[in-house]
Amino acid sequence: MLKVRGLTKKYGDTEVVRGLDLTVRRGECFGLLGPNGAGKTTTLRLLLGLIEPDGGSIELAGIAVPQRAREARMKVGVVPQMDNLDPDFSVRENLLAYGRYFGMSKAAVAARVPELLDFAGLASKADAQIAQLSGGMKRRLTLARALVHDPDILFLDEPTTGLDPQARHLIWQGLRRLINAGKTIVLTTHFMDEAERLTDRLAILDHGRVVAEGAPRALIETHIEPAVVEVFGEGLADWTGQHAANLCQRFETVGETLFCYTSTPDIVIDALRHAPALRYLHRPSNLEDVFLKLTGRDLRD
Amino acid sequence: MSHFFHLPHLSGRFIPVWQRNYLVWKKLAIPSILGNLADPMLYMLGLGYGLGSLLPDVGGMPYLTFLAAGTVAYSTMNAATFEVLYSSFSRMHVQRTWDAILNAPMTLDDVMLGELTWAASKSLLSGVAILAVIWGLGLYGNFWMTLWIVPVVALVGFCFGGMGLVMNAVSPSYDFFLYYFTLVITPMVLLCGVFFPVSQLPAAVQGVSAWLPLTHAIDLARPLVVGTVPDNIALHVIALLVYGSLGYIVALALTRRRLLK
Repeated sequence: MLKVRGLTKKYGDTEVVRGLDLTVRRGECFGLLGPNGAGKTTTLRLLLGLIEPDGGSIELAGIAVPQRAREARMKVGVVPQMDNLDPDFSVRENLLAYGRYFGMSKAAVAARVPELLDFAGLASKADAQIAQLSGGMKRRLTLARALVHDPDILFLDEPTTGLDPQARHLIWQGLRRLINAGKTIVLTTHFMDEAERLTDRLAILDHGRVVAEGAPRALIETHIEPAVVEVFGEGLADWTGQHAANLCQRFETVGETLFCYTSTPDIVIDALRHAPALRYLHRPSNLEDVFLKLTGRDLRD
Repeated sequence: MSHFFHLPHLSGRFIPVWQRNYLVWKKLAIPSILGNLADPMLYMLGLGYGLGSLLPDVGGMPYLTFLAAGTVAYSTMNAATFEVLYSSFSRMHVQRTWDAILNAPMTLDDVMLGELTWAASKSLLSGVAILAVIWGLGLYGNFWMTLWIVPVVALVGFCFGGMGLVMNAVSPSYDFFLYYFTLVITPMVLLCGVFFPVSQLPAAVQGVSAWLPLTHAIDLARPLVVGTVPDNIALHVIALLVYGSLGYIVALALTRRRLLK
């Protein structure tokens, strides 16, 4: 459905995307993860043919981009990072207007509107103005708008950023329905739980390059020890100096917390019994641990 | 810059963009028309009667007629300019409507042609409204000839729409547009023969005036109001077309650099 080879994009002397290779199969939900500035949004804009790459090739739904970007965009629905619903139109009019941009007749769009409003859970808000909608409703409407022309593939740029947990779950439900209906989905996110929950496969991007790719579980298994013991409290530095290197397969201290990565957490916990001033949290390792291991803990702005 | 420059690919796909603006405008049509009309009309009638009663014929006609002919062009220029400056800027920069449209199979060429034709349409309405006042007050020489003012007004709207889009492309905020009004629009109003004949100006200034698009607009509109065939029709039409088209082409390149990088 999507095939990217050696994609590069430069701004001046900085390479924002550096030789990106991606393959997304039909019906798959594919995640693009990365810290801020990793090149996620730039990659999506390249895939849509909105900006010209400096090298490499893109094939989207079998169509070469950017050469035939216009045709390719007929097959794609886009949910952008920032809401850009038309504030001068009502909910229904937003869908009608958007359909026209795809060359659809008024009758054809109008026939799809009830189904789309239903999908977005906005049937009772059809005539509401955009300013009256909550953040979650706007997102759902943006998602419905992206489906107006019944695309094969959906691009979602951080679809749940800024939403409360209830609203996020509603979006996830909607996306799962689309996946079950056979749509291909490419989404960027920096919520690890979102990626673990929704994606079949994902690529972790950093500095414009894929640093790891695979199914979420497989990535956790290949890149990281199965358990994490987070230790914090009085006397942590001493304890770390004495025991961490022996007990943990890998460890790092971040602020006031020691992250001890291990396949034998029981041994670590046993040892901690002798240090009652220390508190700990034992948990299975997750995608976030992989992400932080691969992209580092430095703040990206 | 050269990277962003290529000639526009024109196609009928601009129509949904035009239609979008039309449908939004329709919701507020009455206040919008009144707002667009009141200002030029007040100036025209106030100055036309007030000042006109003190004056002999100006440019061979009563001052009210002289001013009415200038106001047709001036009002059209203002309507087109306001539309592509403030309204287009809202859609492009504040509401991000253009971004949403560009995710559909539309190009910036389509979006900006839609904006340009919409600005021309809206300013056509402004020009025709002033024309209606001219008809109502009987300020014309030959009614049938005044009908030619309709296409002239559309052309003037296209010209100033295209020019204004350049400002839209480079502006960081609404405040920036004030420069355009202060440095381009207001001087043109004073130099191009809206309120008084260009022949009153010093020779050097007249030379400048001859190059300005509003002069070409007025040189077409005023004879048509009076009922004579304008001189140098081809020159004026081509000048307005060139200003508008160049504006659109340059604006397209600058906006590509702004949005599609």
